[in-house]
Formats: sequence, structure tokens, C-alpha cells
Amino acid sequence: MQFIPNIVFALLLIATSVFFVKQVGKIRRNILLGRELDRSDNSALRWKTMFLVAIGQSKMMANPLVSFLHILVYVGFIIINIEVIEIVIDGLFAQHRFLSFMGAFYDFLIGSFEFLALGVIFACAIFLIRRNVLKVKRFWNKEMTSWPRSDANIILCTEILLMSAFLIMNATDASLQNLVIYQDDYIKAGSFPISSIIAPLFEGFTPKALVMIERFCWWFHIIGIFAFICYLPISKHFHIILAFPNVYYSNLKPKGEFTNIVEVSNEVKLMMDPSATPPPAIEGAPKTFGAKDVSDLSWKSIMDGYTCTECGRCTAACPANQTGKLLSPRKIMMDVRDRAEEVGKGIDKNGKDFSDGKSLVYDYVTPEELWACTSCNACTEACPVNNDPLAAIIEMRRFLVMEKSEAPQELNNVFTNIENNGAPWQFSMADRLKWASESDK
Amino acid sequence: MSELIVPSLAEMTAKGETPEVLFWVGCAGSFDDRAKKITRSMAKLLQKANVKFAVLGTEESCTGDPAKRAGNEFLFQMQAFTNIQVMNAYQVKKIVTTCPHCFNTLKNEYPELGGNYEVMHHTQLLQQLLNEGKLSIEGGKFKGKRITYHDACYLGRANDVYEAPRDLIERLDSEFVEMKRSKAKGLCCGAGGAQMFKEPEKGNKDVNIERTEDALETSPDIIATGCPFCNTMLTDGVKNKEKEGSIKVFDLAELIAQASDL
Repeated sequence: MQFIPNIVFALLLIATSVFFVKQVGKIRRNILLGRELDRSDNSALRWKTMFLVAIGQSKMMANPLVSFLHILVYVGFIIINIEVIEIVIDGLFAQHRFLSFMGAFYDFLIGSFEFLALGVIFACAIFLIRRNVLKVKRFWNKEMTSWPRSDANIILCTEILLMSAFLIMNATDASLQNLVIYQDDYIKAGSFPISSIIAPLFEGFTPKALVMIERFCWWFHIIGIFAFICYLPISKHFHIILAFPNVYYSNLKPKGEFTNIVEVSNEVKLMMDPSATPPPAIEGAPKTFGAKDVSDLSWKSIMDGYTCTECGRCTAACPANQTGKLLSPRKIMMDVRDRAEEVGKGIDKNGKDFSDGKSLVYDYVTPEELWACTSCNACTEACPVNNDPLAAIIEMRRFLVMEKSEAPQELNNVFTNIENNGAPWQFSMADRLKWASESDK
Repeated sequence: MSELIVPSLAEMTAKGETPEVLFWVGCAGSFDDRAKKITRSMAKLLQKANVKFAVLGTEESCTGDPAKRAGNEFLFQMQAFTNIQVMNAYQVKKIVTTCPHCFNTLKNEYPELGGNYEVMHHTQLLQQLLNEGKLSIEGGKFKGKRITYHDACYLGRANDVYEAPRDLIERLDSEFVEMKRSKAKGLCCGAGGAQMFKEPEKGNKDVNIERTEDALETSPDIIATGCPFCNTMLTDGVKNKEKEGSIKVFDLAELIAQASDL
């Protein structure tokens, strides 16, 4: 009977791991619905970018205060996970404070965890205030409907609860360590710089009550972590995992450089030189020009969607959005993710070739949003995880223009002019050198 | 100032000569009345610096930038292949252009299609000519003038050219004031991505007004630009704010030309 908690713990651990791996597998599958894109080059620069932007969070520095708070949560998250290793060992093998054999170093670790836990609580509280009381504008744009807002609040509250449980657990544990009757179960270990402050709250509690609180917090903390892991794949918070590969695979070329469509090059070459040998036909169904649905985007654009944590820095920097247009780069990223999820679920239910008659363009992203983009790259510059909303926007524009001929009328005129007289305006090519013989004014 | 002589690449080649650099004028620079002044300023500067340059003239055609940003890849590549054919036939090695959109397209998107050239924005070439002493700025024409600089997206963020234009302003012996949003954080003028050629989508403000307000906050005498489209957008913005009497929008080529008494 005494091993029941350990068996329960083991089952929970296995269930969480299986569920998480399965969910991540689905996200990987959904990302790979996208078109091929070679980002295998220049691994040295890619690693460097990842260290700088993902691990070093260099792009967060635009706002030093927020950057500091975010680092606090991030470092807290990573370092406190060392504690989770101990919890897992304790839970599986009926130990208590297994790592305490490290002596003084263990005391140092627990002490630092406590400072970090307090830091995390502090930062999350400020973040909650920024979102819900100060109502920082980028958290309240149109696309921030009830779910995205709740998602953020759920994560912040969970982190506060987990850290509080950790501190209360330590506070009661420390009291129990001083009781002779528990000297075998609660060995003297650890240092408690923060929890000792709240320890007086539990003065006068019976030893039994203390044990109950300690055990409750221990279980609450670890089950909370398990639940958090299961929640990640459906949450924007998945960025804590995808930020790293996403930055690694970021666009290293100049931001102004757009891809050239190879199939178009082949056709244009043939038009200009009919005697040229046509390239071998590409196997499979002809590719749509541009992107109608998520599967027409590159896999990297879909990964962008899953990495987006909806912070809205892109949208705050977007000139179209600032001037009241419908376009929001963050919404584009959220739409890509939502549609990829929808397609993924459809595939789970109905097999690979399912069709629901819906598409990313029209059902999620409207042409009005796409045509408002100035392609200025403010969004890609602002994104702390190197997302590229512009790449997705241009693919969708290509679909509208090349597959649907649905460009705004003025742009159709521009196309005609370029075709006929080599300039977006209706001027004759013969007049191209007139400027040289004219004088100012 | 001697008469402005602008040889075409065809003429020069016929004489058996090769230019040091091809001056890619661009559509705005060829046809837009305001932008033509920028083109003339640049040509005068090249001439003064004794740079052997030529233009394509009637053989130049749109790089395809607006088509590409608007999603018309087919038209873009038609333009690109045609231009590349022309330039490769003339064995063009080096290009300078006064338009960041042409600059970006020629520099970044043509190589994959067979057009490999050394491409410079005119602010970069002007900086180089001044460094080499081939151009010099005399007198203090702009002394005490407050000048702010608007980063063109396709020069700045798109290609990380931030310093050359600023260096030129420094040399004018003027008072340079940075806008609160500048360099990588600079705000678009509203013309990019083929927006120049269409009405904006429904909103509550025009982008060029928003950007002009950034510029006006610096209380400038002059707003400097390095792009004919930004120039148009900001000129319109300044007019909209009824400040055209006190604030002028100039391209850097024009400022350097004025400072050199051209």
C-alpha cells in the first residue's frame, strides 16, 4: 500500500509524456504540410542567430523593463526545472529531497530557486497587470478575442500558482524539518531565504496539518507541471519550445529579397527563347501559384504560426495597422496556426486527402488585409522569434493575382502599363531619357 | 557648371567605350517630375566627380519591383529576364541607382535569374566619391539647418543601409536630428509594396501623414530622403500639414548637389 503514491506518480508521468509526444507529433505533421523550403545552409550563422535571438532574447531588448521581466520568467522556468528532476526522482522512488546529498551546493540551489520563484511571481503579476489593468494596446487588438486573452491569463496564473505552491511547500517542509518526530521523513536540507518569510503563517499548525499542506503543495506543484505540459501544444505558450528551431531556421537573406518562383522562371525562359529545352516536367499535380491554403505556404510559415506567442509587437509596428487598416501581421500568424490546426484535425478524422471546402485565404484572411501591406518589414524586424508574416502575405497575394486575377483595379492598370511600356505609369518608353534635356522648374 | 551630358550605354558601346558604372534611373526617376530633379542632381554629381557613367535610356524598363510586391511573379520575371538580357549583352558590371526599390530588386532578386552586378544605392556611391576626394562640399550652405532623415524601408530594414545617408548629412555641416522612430525601427512612408499606385485600404489615417508627423516632431528645416517614392509621400504629408513654406523635402543627391553649387 505504501507504494500507491509512487505508482500514481509513475502513471501520471507516463500519461503526460505519451500525450505530449503525440500532440507534438501532430504539430510536426501539420508543419510539414507546408511546401519545401531549403534552410539547411549556413549552420554556423544559424546557430549564432539562435544563441543571440532565441537564447539571448536579443530582440526583446527594445523594451528593457519588459525584457528584464521576461528573462526573469525564462531563467526561472529553466533553472527551476532542475528542481523538477528531483521531484520526479522523489516521486518515482519514494525519496524525499533526493539531491540533498550535494550538501552545501544543494542549499545554494534551493535558495536560488526560491529567489527565482519570487521573481517569477513578481514578473507574472506585472504581466497580468499590463494585460488586464493597464490594457497595453497590443494585447487588445481585434484579433485578441476571448480565447487568446484567456490563454495568456491562464499561463500567467498557472505560473504564479506553481511558484506559490513551491514556496509554501518549502515553508511547511522547513517547519517539519525541525520536528523530532519527522526527522526521518523530513531530513534537514535546503536553505529557505524566501519561504522562511511566509513560514510564520503556519505557526501553531499541528504537525499533521503541516504534513498535509506540504504534501498537497508537492502534488499540486507536480500535477500542475504535468497539466502545463499537456496544455502547451494547444497554447500560444508553445513558443517556449518552438522559438529555438524557429529562430534557427529564420530567413538569413536580406529582408527585401523575395523568393523567385522556379516554375515561373522556367516558363518565362521558354517564352523568351522558344528553342530552349523545356525543363523536365515536375511530378505530381501542378502547384498552385502562391498560397490559397496553409499547405501552399512553406513549412517555415506554418512553423511561424505555431511559434507565435501573440505578443503583438509586429502589429504594433505595422504601418497599416497603426493607421486603422484591417491588416494585423499577428492575426495572419494566428490564422495560419488556426487553419493548420483545422486541417490537421480534418486529416485525423477523414484521412490525408480530406477537404472541407475552406481555405486560408477568404475563410481566414481577407483580400482587404492582404492589400493593405506595404511590405515594409516592420513586422519581421519586430518579431522576437524571427517570424516572417510578410512571406505568408506575399504568397497569398501571389494566389490572388496569379490564380484568381483579383488584384485591385489600380494594380491591374499598373501591370498593364509595365507590360506595355515598361513603367507603372502610362508613359512611353521612348521618353525615358527626356529628363536629361529638361531643366529644374 | 558645364552642360549636362548623359550618354546612353548604346552610344558609349558604339564608340567602343565602357562606363565605370551604369546609372539605373528607374521609372520614377525617368517620368515623375519631382523625381527627375533627383535624377539630374545625381547625374550632375557623377559628371562633376568625373565618373564615367552611362544610362540605358530607352532600353531601360521597370525592374518589376511593383509587380513582384503585388504578387505578379510572372510579370516580374518577364521584366527581370528582359532587363538582364539587355544588361548582360552590354556586360554591365556595376550599377548605381537613386531608387531603393530598384536597388533591392537588382541587388537581391536578379542574381538568381542570371543578373550578377555590383549594385550601389546612390548614397553609398556619393559617400565613396566624397571619401575619395572626387567630390567635395564647399561652403556652409546648410550651416545651422536642422535636417532629419527618413529611412526608406527598402534601403534600411530590407538591406541594412543606414549609415551612408547619415554620413552624407553629417558632411553638410548641418544639425542632424533623428526621428524617434528611425533606422531598423523606422516607419514606412506608405508607398512600399505597390501601395504607391493604389488608394490605401480603409483606415483612419494615411501612413504618410503618420510618418510626416514623426518628421515634424523634430522641427526640421529639411526632411532628407533617399527614395523618390518616400519623397513624394512626405512632400504630400508636409503639404497636408500646410508646412511646405517652411519645410522642404529633398533627396540626399539634391542636398549634396546644392552644397556643391551644382
